[in-house]
Amino acid sequence: MKTTKITGERIKQYLEEGKRFDGRKLDEFRDITIETGVSNQAEGSVRVKLGKTEVIVGIKMNVGTPYPDSPNKGNMMVTAELLPLSSKRFEYGPPRFPAIELGRLTDRFIRESNFIDFEKLCIKEGEKVWTVFIDVYSINHDGNLLDAAGIGAVAALMIAKMPEYDEKEEKVLFGKFTKTNIPLKKGLIIPTTIYMVGKNIIVDPTLEEEDVSGGRVTIGATESGVINSMQKGGLDTLSPEEMENILDLSEKVRKQVSSALGKVK
Amino acid sequence: MAKDYKRDDGRKFDELREMKAKVGVVDNADGSAMFSFGDTVAIAAVYGPKKMHPQHQQNPEKGTLRCNYNMVSFSVEDRIRPGPSRRSTEISKVTEWALEPVLMIKDYPNMVIDVHISIIQASASTRCAGINAAALALAHAGIPMKNLVSSLSVGKIDKQLVVDVNKFEDSVFDEGEGATDIPFTFTGDGKITHLQLDGKISKDQFMEAMNLAKEGAKKVYEVQKKALKESLN
Repeated sequence: MKTTKITGERIKQYLEEGKRFDGRKLDEFRDITIETGVSNQAEGSVRVKLGKTEVIVGIKMNVGTPYPDSPNKGNMMVTAELLPLSSKRFEYGPPRFPAIELGRLTDRFIRESNFIDFEKLCIKEGEKVWTVFIDVYSINHDGNLLDAAGIGAVAALMIAKMPEYDEKEEKVLFGKFTKTNIPLKKGLIIPTTIYMVGKNIIVDPTLEEEDVSGGRVTIGATESGVINSMQKGGLDTLSPEEMENILDLSEKVRKQVSSALGKVK
Repeated sequence: MAKDYKRDDGRKFDELREMKAKVGVVDNADGSAMFSFGDTVAIAAVYGPKKMHPQHQQNPEKGTLRCNYNMVSFSVEDRIRPGPSRRSTEISKVTEWALEPVLMIKDYPNMVIDVHISIIQASASTRCAGINAAALALAHAGIPMKNLVSSLSVGKIDKQLVVDVNKFEDSVFDEGEGATDIPFTFTGDGKITHLQLDGKISKDQFMEAMNLAKEGAKKVYEVQKKALKESLN
């Protein structure tokens, strides 16, 4: 059930006083934990928890043909599924907007940053390149799946091992992992979504807080603060000054996420 | 270097392509409009407010705005498969978010307002043209609105900020820092209702881009207002 009005009012009242139900500060993430090795069949897989929110992200790879406009570059595909097992709000059936948006935002976050060195995923120009599939599944939805998915995608890419490729037979030897990581560019990329709740802006909302939020801005940036992707969601409008505050808050909280990602091995 | 970049269509950096707007382009619709940025042409038609069916989708607290963004198959070089895609689904939703804040949608409980947008010729900034056409169509349908919204894209081409990116800047240019595309939508009083970004930009330059967009949106707004006034003659 959606958060009741009375709870919503209380959440906003608390935020006015700089408080949250779980005792966090407005600019404080829940504990971020990243475990690796969810499936030994995957080239790389992780489980990310933000408090009670949990997603798993897996990487699979395959060899295919490049797109005509990028004959020397590998491909990437991100999909996200909001599993009914993770919340009574989700139902089976074709993906609806929230799942599509989660996949597309994660896709652009990775793609626009050039985190993956796609040119190194070319096997034979114009003919054969690696495709990286990044798949996100929600396991428990307690708010902020957007950042959980982004963090999971980065972590999974960091640990994934390329499968062996038999050039003669033109076959991928799945299950035979090489020691080679997926070629990544130097430096981390960090997803942060800033949520507007009443007049306040917060990070990493619980489901209750997310329900009360009137809008959000999802920002993908590098450690050095270069912005690669951004999307505003929701109906609350923003003045340019408010937008600047959002960017400042994003910059401020990025450390919390990058320190969790930095520990991934 | 920034100073060296010249736009392939000869425009100044803060110059939009020629805009055209016309209200009342689909006779059957309750409201309709066309909006174009140069070669990008969008038409939008509004049907409603009407009772929401199925009934379980009715919202007793406020009306529902339902947008549908669609590119016709021959609007681009490589034919696109007709029907919805992940991309069009996302743009449809973002368009709803861009428009709904200015609608007095609370006046229409249990009702739905359908906005159908078709891009009939595409040359970058299609979502912006679609939003501009949709805002006009909603006004033309006589739906109470607090204001119009005006949409345009700002780009960073290598290091140079430009207004209203064209097809070359959006999908061909690939030198230096590459191309960054930032579609914005502003209300008539300068609030952001929609913002997306793809590319690579510093915070400071983004702030600059936002100011450029705000100024550009005023020009779009004037074109929209003029089209609405003309429809009354």
